[in-house]
Amino acid sequence: MSKTYHLTAPLSEADVIQLKAGDIVYLTGVVYTARDAAHKKLVDLLDAGQALPFDMNGAVIYFVGPTPPKPGDPIGSAGPTTSYRMDSYSPRLINEQGLKGMIGKGKRNQDVIDACVKSKAIYFGATGGAGALLARQIKKAEVIAYPELGPEAIRRLEVVDFPLTVINDTFGADLYKMGRAQYEVFE
Amino acid sequence: MREIKYEDIVKSVKDMILYSATNLPKDAYKALQSAYDTEKSEVCRQVLKQILENADIAANEARPLCQDTGLAVFFVKVGEDVKVVGGSLKKAINEGTEQGYKEGYLRASTCHWDTRANLKDEVGYNLPAIIHFDLVEGDKIDIEYAAKGGGSENVSRATVFPPAKGRKGIIEYVKQVISDAGPNPCPPLTVGVGIGGTFEKAVISSKHALFRELGSKNPDPVLESMEEELMHLLNNLGIGAMGMGGTQTVLGVHIEKNPCHIASLPVSVNVQCHSSRHMHITL
Repeated sequence: MSKTYHLTAPLSEADVIQLKAGDIVYLTGVVYTARDAAHKKLVDLLDAGQALPFDMNGAVIYFVGPTPPKPGDPIGSAGPTTSYRMDSYSPRLINEQGLKGMIGKGKRNQDVIDACVKSKAIYFGATGGAGALLARQIKKAEVIAYPELGPEAIRRLEVVDFPLTVINDTFGADLYKMGRAQYEVFE
Repeated sequence: MREIKYEDIVKSVKDMILYSATNLPKDAYKALQSAYDTEKSEVCRQVLKQILENADIAANEARPLCQDTGLAVFFVKVGEDVKVVGGSLKKAINEGTEQGYKEGYLRASTCHWDTRANLKDEVGYNLPAIIHFDLVEGDKIDIEYAAKGGGSENVSRATVFPPAKGRKGIIEYVKQVISDAGPNPCPPLTVGVGIGGTFEKAVISSKHALFRELGSKNPDPVLESMEEELMHLLNNLGIGAMGMGGTQTVLGVHIEKNPCHIASLPVSVNVQCHSSRHMHITL
């Protein structure tokens, strides 16, 4: 039976090991945005032995490229993008840098699922195509790196009760496989 | 020869883009409501509830339904007895697109294929639009528009079968494409299938099939029965809304056919996410 949690980001190991695939989490606190282009730059920095633009330890990264904000708004529409494009980068950030949470939509590969088990991290799903609804939970947004990437720049977001579902937990479970197994009809 | 002003086309295109970005079409909204009523999984019902709430918020507050405001795709039928005055039709559609995306605070999503640099300053804001022109009889210009997101394009596939594969092969192929896609293209989906013609004709037909109204019947009885069979098979995949596991994976399957070469059976599957933003105007 799925449980509901209210957690604050950055996340601790104690926060994430209690979660199971299918649980609902309302997340409050600081999350950072990054898509493929920003991930590539982060990994390039690590290769060059340089510091990252934000503290990755306990951090939550949201895979999103928002629409431009209307005057007076912190951010435009901001739903998740498809996560597999970050699969080649995420394990390194989890295993070496202490990344604790990722927010996106869609399947992750086995390397990411294994890293979530090994180094205790969670992959959360947010509802794709609900960008107007999700933006309401983002109270502040500030570009902190790579403004030249436009929608793909790294932003520091302050979120309140951001609605998430645990897709991959620290035990290797995958909600997409579990959910589908329950409803697939073989003929 | 009927004359249509360049500026009128620009304005019509701009208005269409602004409206579509924030207002889910009635057919899609109704199909999602029906999916919510039918869905057996409580997790997916919650997702569908969020999707419907999102549509209400977007319409009431004039906010984009999704941050992926798409590439602008047009199917344009140009009557042979129409003349555009004051500029070219293609330029008018691109200008209307740029104005709409800018004024609506929509995302500029076109980039260079290799450097991935955004093209908003070099080519234009979210330009170029993808335009499929057709010449027809008459003195009107008919414009169908859709904002096509990347997530659902990424799982779309095409192939050319030997004719022996037939109907059964097509059905298996569509099923495989949607099964492999799983949660990634933001289900519940509209599935456009293009059959026949040449390779590119099948692909363009599968795109055009997505513009048909959800809930409408295919006029061809053979295709209608294939659509029903596919609806059943695809919902039985158990993918559900956002892939969480459920009974409502597709809102509609739309098939378009073309005559084939005697040697080939081209098939294309173009996938549309639940945020099916499309509109149709006639000038």
